[in-house]
Amino acid sequence: MERANHHQNLTSRFSRLQIQMDGEELSAQETALYDRQIRVWGVDAQKRLSKTHVLVNGLNGTAVEFCKNIVLAGVGSLTIMDDRIVTEDALNANFLIPPDAVKDEGSSLAELCCDSLKEFNPMVHVSVERGDLTQLDDEFFDKFDVVVVSCCPFNNKKLINDKCRKRQKRVGFYSVDCRGSCGEIFVDLQDYSYEQKKTDCKSGCHLQYPSFEAAISVPWRDLPRKVSKLYFALRVIEKFELCEGRNPGDTSTSDLPVVLKLRKESCDAQSLNETHIPTGLLERLLAAGAKEHPPLCAILGGILGQEVIKAVSGKGDPLKNFFYFDVADGKGVIEDISPPPTNADGTNGQP
Amino acid sequence: MASLDSQTEAIKRAKVLMVGAGGIGCELLKTLALSGFQDIHIIDMDTIEVSNLNRQFLFRQTHVGQSKAKVARDAVLKFRPHINITPYHANVKDPEFNVEFFKQFNVVLNGLDNLDARRHVNRLCLAAEVPLVESGTTGFLGQVTVHAKGKTECYECQPKPTPKTYPVCTITSTPSKFVHCIVWAKDLLFAKLFGDKNQGNDLNVRSSDGADSSKHTEDVFERNLDEDSEQYARKIYDHVFGYNTEVALANEETWKNRNRPRPIYISDVLPDRITKKNAKVENGSTESAVSAMSSLGLKNPQDVWSLVENTKIFLEALRLFIVKRTEDIGNLTFDKDDQLAVEFVTAAANIRASSFGIPLHSLFEAKGIAGNIVHAVATTNAIIAGLIVIEAIKVLRNDFHNYRMTYCLEHPSRKMLLMPVEPFEPNKSCYVCSETPLLLEVNTSTSKLRDFVEKIVKNKLGMSSPLIMHGSNLIFEVGDDLEEDVAANYALNLDKVLAELPTPVTNGTMLKTQRRI
Repeated sequence: MERANHHQNLTSRFSRLQIQMDGEELSAQETALYDRQIRVWGVDAQKRLSKTHVLVNGLNGTAVEFCKNIVLAGVGSLTIMDDRIVTEDALNANFLIPPDAVKDEGSSLAELCCDSLKEFNPMVHVSVERGDLTQLDDEFFDKFDVVVVSCCPFNNKKLINDKCRKRQKRVGFYSVDCRGSCGEIFVDLQDYSYEQKKTDCKSGCHLQYPSFEAAISVPWRDLPRKVSKLYFALRVIEKFELCEGRNPGDTSTSDLPVVLKLRKESCDAQSLNETHIPTGLLERLLAAGAKEHPPLCAILGGILGQEVIKAVSGKGDPLKNFFYFDVADGKGVIEDISPPPTNADGTNGQP
Repeated sequence: MASLDSQTEAIKRAKVLMVGAGGIGCELLKTLALSGFQDIHIIDMDTIEVSNLNRQFLFRQTHVGQSKAKVARDAVLKFRPHINITPYHANVKDPEFNVEFFKQFNVVLNGLDNLDARRHVNRLCLAAEVPLVESGTTGFLGQVTVHAKGKTECYECQPKPTPKTYPVCTITSTPSKFVHCIVWAKDLLFAKLFGDKNQGNDLNVRSSDGADSSKHTEDVFERNLDEDSEQYARKIYDHVFGYNTEVALANEETWKNRNRPRPIYISDVLPDRITKKNAKVENGSTESAVSAMSSLGLKNPQDVWSLVENTKIFLEALRLFIVKRTEDIGNLTFDKDDQLAVEFVTAAANIRASSFGIPLHSLFEAKGIAGNIVHAVATTNAIIAGLIVIEAIKVLRNDFHNYRMTYCLEHPSRKMLLMPVEPFEPNKSCYVCSETPLLLEVNTSTSKLRDFVEKIVKNKLGMSSPLIMHGSNLIFEVGDDLEEDVAANYALNLDKVLAELPTPVTNGTMLKTQRRI
């Protein structure tokens, strides 16, 4: 019911109809506003985007960058969740909130971000949802096509990912983490089919994504030899935070001895040489904690925005299934970390 | 961490110049402010347009028409009120932005959209010895490079692809692609009808025997007193799509290996007038929103119109120019944001395409080709801006061993979407950043200094106001501030052949040329 109303709301705002196709329209206003990007991805993709509903949970700098990108691109709606009150730390990489908002004790982070995001594009419906996403009814997820969590504790990440997977329609799940100058994006599009365009001929493509839990359960020795060191390092840190009951990024260099112990245990259990997880890298991650490096927020938020646009529009090869960027080497790397296909005829999209 | 503190300090102390407050610029200014930069100067001559708003997120509908640099500054100060941002609503090529001006900065960051301005900034940065971080995006592709004098290649060390040009005869007589029809419609027909009458124009086809058909053609573009605007439009139509094509067809040689075009006459396409004869002529009031599409009830810019529809648009657009925009005629240049101009060029290009058996295109597509519109999305600009700041911080820390040029790719290459590579060394024979002499083969007893200045120094080397020296003797310079007698002397030199200059240029002479400061 709520969804239907919402949709009506959207269409009523599309004032003058100019582009007609499949009974759907882009208004003259949209055509003018989106001119340059329609030249990149076409009218059909723009229309699909305008019917997409996105949920973002956790509004740190990276998530804010992502929100800006998809509001500008013209998604149908964006719902944001973050009940924290505004602190100076929370504004470190946030360009949506003026610094004097720290005094505004009545408003949550999400409410303040919402006001600014609305201004970016009056044609996108931006709203706030209060509460804890892990506690909301499963049906809540049906409202969305894409769910993005940022800086989310390990258990919640798994839980939310599973909730997305249990819905009848496909709800794409993305998680993004930025620790100092290192970042990770995870993507789960479940079963995803799209058309691949290769030099003028189109061919159908099918990708099978594992859940976050299934992906990180792939034994390390089964992984290709050159997997990003960040993949392993972040799993060790994740484990540390889980054992200690800490929030993501609630770390410092003084945690290094315990983390090194965990590294040894993990590497022994997975028969991986410890040199794959350099001490220096772990130290950097622990020291950075939850503090984000703003240029990296822009990069991760940009890649994530692009991936969501690709996935909902069906244009371009979507990322499968991890992305890493480390400012130290400047490489933006894709890793496919998936269990081998379960069925004899199981195609997992590997060439 | 000591290194982190020194980094924070370096950022705080830095004075940076941003050139461009557009797609990359908005993202860059935001990321610089968040990263702790406190003294940012920003130059942009542009004002805000509606088609910017999908990605230049510091701007709103209410800002349309205002200075990009100034609005961007105000928007960023809202979330970082205590930093200094100095905007310049000006062209970076203005003389106030000279070498001295550039010298005050620790690093220059480019977010430009054209080769000319990029070359200009590159040269100023080299002269001022300030490192430059250069960038560019189209669609999902982008790149960031660092240029530091003597350490890495400069922006011009490698030849850059120059804007595509087409042979004149392809445009005037033998188009084979839609873009040829667009160039014809925009640069020849539109310019002939609405542009400066004193400009040379190759619109009219010469017949094969060399006899100029000027008797016929010179009058045709003049509107006779007894012609109403539609009669005039129909006459132009017959001339450019019918008569001119017949003339071109007469040259049999041309069509031996080509498909012969079909001349198109108005009476075959649209025998009846679209406006009543002797209809009341409206006064020539200049309205900005005049559109042939809306007066004909065509709504969708993505539709490909039929020949009849294109013909109607052609007639109506031409009529509207005459009736509604009388004052503009004679001084118009094609502007992609001028709806009526885009409609006219689309229709004319399509009719010509139809004549030559080339597939027709929609107004949306034609506008993109005619306006050289660069495809742009917010995400690529955001990513590129992040990469620019990463390189800028390395420059401030003097960490040149770690400078990288980074490509943002659409499809992964070796698993990478963002691919860093080590910057190239300076090109030793680069005429911009190296001292290596260039070898010029020229007949010094027939070539005039004027040819050398115009064709070599200005065109090839891209120096707009050069100073040319032979040993310690000045041969030539350009400038508004020259003494009268000096200027007269240079003017005299221009018409001398090189070997007869006061200090003769002959075989083996070494000339020195530099931008005049």
